[in-house]
Amino acid sequence: MHFFGLVDGSESSLKSFLNNLPPVDQVGADARAAMLGTRSIKTSSKAWAINTAISMVDLTTLEGADTPGKVKALCTKAVRPDPTDLTVPSVGAVCVYNDMVKIARNHLDLIGGKDIPVAAVSTAFPSGRASMAVKLQDTQDAIDAGATEIDMVIDRGAFLSGRLGEVFDEIVKIKAICGDKAHLKVIFETGELVTYDNVRKASYLAMLAGGDFIKTSTGKVAPAATPPVVMIMLEAVRDFRAITGHQIGVKPAGGIRTTKDAIKQLVLVNEVAGPDWLTNKYFRIGASALLNDLLLQRMKLTDGYYESPNYVTVD
Amino acid sequence: MTFEYAPAPESKSIVKIQKEYGHFINGKFVKGKKHFATINPATEEVLSHVASGDKSDIDKAVQAAQVAYTKVWSKLSGAERGKYLYRIARILQERAREFAVLETMDNGKPIRETRDIDIPLVAAHFFYHAGWADKLDYVGVGSAPKAYGVVGQIIPWNFPLLMLAWKVAPALAAGNTVVLKPAESTPLTALLFAEVCQQAELPAGVVNIVTGAGETGAAIVNHPGIAKIAFTGSTEVGKLIAKAIADTKKVATLELGGKGANIVFEDAAIDQAVEGIVNGIFFNQGHVCCAGSRLLVQENVADEVIKKLQNRMEKFDLVIH
Repeated sequence: MHFFGLVDGSESSLKSFLNNLPPVDQVGADARAAMLGTRSIKTSSKAWAINTAISMVDLTTLEGADTPGKVKALCTKAVRPDPTDLTVPSVGAVCVYNDMVKIARNHLDLIGGKDIPVAAVSTAFPSGRASMAVKLQDTQDAIDAGATEIDMVIDRGAFLSGRLGEVFDEIVKIKAICGDKAHLKVIFETGELVTYDNVRKASYLAMLAGGDFIKTSTGKVAPAATPPVVMIMLEAVRDFRAITGHQIGVKPAGGIRTTKDAIKQLVLVNEVAGPDWLTNKYFRIGASALLNDLLLQRMKLTDGYYESPNYVTVD
Repeated sequence: MTFEYAPAPESKSIVKIQKEYGHFINGKFVKGKKHFATINPATEEVLSHVASGDKSDIDKAVQAAQVAYTKVWSKLSGAERGKYLYRIARILQERAREFAVLETMDNGKPIRETRDIDIPLVAAHFFYHAGWADKLDYVGVGSAPKAYGVVGQIIPWNFPLLMLAWKVAPALAAGNTVVLKPAESTPLTALLFAEVCQQAELPAGVVNIVTGAGETGAAIVNHPGIAKIAFTGSTEVGKLIAKAIADTKKVATLELGGKGANIVFEDAAIDQAVEGIVNGIFFNQGHVCCAGSRLLVQENVADEVIKKLQNRMEKFDLVIH
């Protein structure tokens, strides 16, 4: 692998590339992201945005208390988010822990959700604190069980202590296991990266190492997918495509709970990266509670009144 | 399907524009002699007719301001003056939407700017200077600031009410009384501000507003009863004012035209620099005295900056709603 001809894979080449990236001005980035949050999306645009957002949801359950029954219920909802309205699109993927992959895959196949990928969180999610052997096996297990998307976490401890080569190698190795069987999403846990400069560096590092998607967070740490962080990642994928011709996806996850939040994310995509990213091939939203709010807002648009939350399923 | 943004219009019904306006002198609206039209530049619809002030109107206004200064305003403590300013600030906030819509109609700038920028800043300036009114003795640089007496103020059309606030709020806080002339193309929010002065029960004559064009402004500048001129506008007129008062005891603050340069070095945060360039030159349609009309970029990042700037500018929404 030639890493797009930009680095040779050594830590020194990585450092010289990443340290040469333009910095991010925090005040300016916050102001721009806040400004984009004021765009007004109404009527037909809103209807389109809600459908698009539903199709981008990585419907997620990542709890210690996950049961096979809960995962199956989630899969059913993923295929038909609103059983009373067949025009509602299916979600982008189902995202579960390793051991639930097989159950999810089988159930999706059973109920007509063959096209919905199963994403597995990997590499000792959410902390990333385990040996390389365990992380590789974790990933292999998920792929063997039928996962076609791998959401790996980077080793933030290594990143923050400056061992960028280690973080890079890890992504390269996981990518090698994924091969052409699975899409690789690289989770940064932006809430732990401290600065916007680090978010930009991590974005380039993951893209250079072969990640197919860059993802903000695990959902276990706050703050997570804040608008400025997502904006910086969208700038990174936009600029990376301009340099390499390679289009990388973005997945905000964590903290996006309402339709308004989701639409703000779509505005960011449209304004920063551009309409080429307004598809679930290149933009996903990791969420669990969000889907219900999208469905309720969709009902409001079609029926003209707000439905009781009791009309959407809890899980 | 492309992602379309919807307009967010405000209703015009919130503003009541009179067919004709006189001047605001000594706390009351007085009839003008000649009138001229003020239009909505977006539609060229005539909004109203405002009076064209002459020497005798300025005479009356200055006289009222002098009486108000000697009999009332100079005798109030800073804290008492501050109370009036706080009251004006609160009324401006309460009527913010009305002011924003009227400003957009008379000036033509988008409602987003008047509603989110101009009017909130206007109220903020009144609050700020209200706080200063009773603290002038403690400013700490040299002797405490003192009032001049009657000040003449001439303001432009790019931020009509905001320029009024910049002029009127500090002048009143320091204890002056005011004769103000708004730009002839954007007089309506100043006249609505006159109503706010009435509503705040500001003593008569403390704020006087005379509308008109260059001739009216010249009458203010040349009036012997005026101690200080505050002017924001063109360099050309600024020079005329400086010449006119050169042989008098009048002092002036002149805030004139001038365009700024954006300078981008290689180690800049490029994406935010692009936003800065865009805001610098396109904010308020570029009608800003310090608009960044020149761009100087270090050679080794010039291509990147220009390309990003072009991409950003393609995203502009130029639709007039």
